[in-house]
Amino acid sequence: MNFWEYLGNRYQQLLADAFQHASAVFQCMVVATVLGVLIGVLTYRSEWAGNLATTAASGILTVPSLALIGLLIPLVGLGVAPTVIALVLYGLLPIVRNAIVGLRGVDPTLVDAARGIGMSRAAQLVRVELPLAWPPILTGIRVATQMLMGIAAIAAYASGPGLGNEIFRGISSLGSKNALNQVLAGTLGIVLLALLFDAVYVLVGRLTIPRGIRA
Amino acid sequence: MPETPVATSGAAAGSGAASASGAASASGAAIRLENLTKQYAGNPYPSVDNVTMEIRAGETVVFVGPSGGGKTTLLKMINRLIEPTSGRIRIDGEDVTDMDPVKLRRKIGYAIQSSGLFPHMTVAQNIALVPKMVGWSKSRVQDRVEEMLDLVGLDPGQFRGRYPRQLSGGQQQRVGVARALAADPPVLLMDEPFGAVDPITRDHLQDELIRLQHELHKTIVFVTHDFDEAIKLGDRIAVLRDRSHIAQFDTPEAILTNPADDFVSGFVGAGAALKRLNLTRVRDVEIADFPTVTVDDPLQDIFDKLRDSQGNELLLLDRHRRPYKWLRRGDLSRAKGSLARAGTLVHDTVTRDATLRDALEAVLIDNGGRVAVTGRRGEYTGVVDMATLMNSVQEMLEADRLEAAEHRSAGGLPEEGLEHPFVRDAGGPEGPA
Repeated sequence: MNFWEYLGNRYQQLLADAFQHASAVFQCMVVATVLGVLIGVLTYRSEWAGNLATTAASGILTVPSLALIGLLIPLVGLGVAPTVIALVLYGLLPIVRNAIVGLRGVDPTLVDAARGIGMSRAAQLVRVELPLAWPPILTGIRVATQMLMGIAAIAAYASGPGLGNEIFRGISSLGSKNALNQVLAGTLGIVLLALLFDAVYVLVGRLTIPRGIRA
Repeated sequence: MPETPVATSGAAAGSGAASASGAASASGAAIRLENLTKQYAGNPYPSVDNVTMEIRAGETVVFVGPSGGGKTTLLKMINRLIEPTSGRIRIDGEDVTDMDPVKLRRKIGYAIQSSGLFPHMTVAQNIALVPKMVGWSKSRVQDRVEEMLDLVGLDPGQFRGRYPRQLSGGQQQRVGVARALAADPPVLLMDEPFGAVDPITRDHLQDELIRLQHELHKTIVFVTHDFDEAIKLGDRIAVLRDRSHIAQFDTPEAILTNPADDFVSGFVGAGAALKRLNLTRVRDVEIADFPTVTVDDPLQDIFDKLRDSQGNELLLLDRHRRPYKWLRRGDLSRAKGSLARAGTLVHDTVTRDATLRDALEAVLIDNGGRVAVTGRRGEYTGVVDMATLMNSVQEMLEADRLEAAEHRSAGGLPEEGLEHPFVRDAGGPEGPA
């Protein structure tokens, strides 16, 4: 069976896996974005807290994903839980870092102006600082998504959902006639999904970055 | 500069609307600073040291002084962007030192260097910010945006939807002023607002501000390090030295003619007498009559007048009584009786609103040493010459000196106290009774 025939035979299974993969990444990204921006907002004003947040987030990233998922299994069991936790943790770093850098990069005279015309602290953040920091934050989200696409494949190790199952199945049956097809289908599927997401982010950027600060 | 034609037409159209609404707008409030001190932790000296100052309602006070002297700190304490370590701030008699700073700032306009416009909002959104925050209705906010754009000389139709980066520096600064004035605050704080624009634009903006203030009568506190700007804009100038100690707080005239000490005279710089000329208008000096004839007068009359006039000279006016040519005795006969060829063209005139400096400039260029003064439609009203200017300047300086001497004997100048802030008497000459 060549690769195309394989795809023709298994497309339903593949589509289901791809959908689950995308859905897992998307949901984890939403959580990671909310958490990451929140951490950024809470820490960017303080030199040490901001640095601590960035260092902690990059510390997590140095843990190999397979090891992290393996460590999570005894704590939360198999399946969705370790997948979600691992993905959210890995997704945090680029978002936290870019949120902090973005918020710190807002021109201090603009913050002074916002304060000076009588904006409350919350209004300064929501109406001035976050919109101005949004382009770097969005870049962080984009990088995180790309990263999670790959990492999500590892989740299959913990019986997680997604295209990783295809890859693991292929690897565990190396030498059988469909092994290569499975690995190839899983990998290409992930690459395709990643490209699709990236296209969506370009669109999101067009829609959410105000014209006045668009590059 | 692309803004000029639009801006001027807009300004002309706008001034009418603005003055109509001007009656309803809030004019200035008095500001009183009492023993204001700002001490930053870890700093041996306070940045602002025990400043007491009274700013009258509707006047423009300029803080001028060297960089790092604490003048911006002093300004930012008025809207409590910087909280004073001690001392009180009163606006219109009300103690605002402990009120909610967010509410306070919505009642105080704030314009800063390089405009401080939010780049992700359109011009209209920027201007609408404060009115929206204080809860104006949508339609009122929208009307106000149009009105403010008109007021600062920008065509609303053209500029409303633009983003700040699509504007020139001068236009951004205008929008910045419009935003500061949008909710009609009685007090306007301006922190070197024109510091980042080119000299020509700055000059325009200063003129605009003077015109605005003429209509609005806000209380304006303006910070600059440019003494010439201070002279041009200020009703009174506070020359601040280190730690915002007031070296002198007086009218520009008094500071120019009678600097309190070496620090002030150093800051005034060279050419105080020349700068003084900027403060007086042509209408304030004696405008002399000059024998005139018009182009429609019979030639014989012109000859007769020329012969009778003592100065051997006539000013020839055109049909609209505008100065046209200087005619000397003999010019006519040399030109064989043709008015078209006789005499020298008047190439420069000044209006009654021009500064004496402009007049002096014109007189110096003119080979006869005089310049014709014109009214609103360019019609002749008189002549100013070198002698008049010199006399006026002498009188002016003399009067300034007398006034300043009186001032000083009345104890109007703040005295410099001891170095140590805690030993100093809290009040000073203007302290609370």
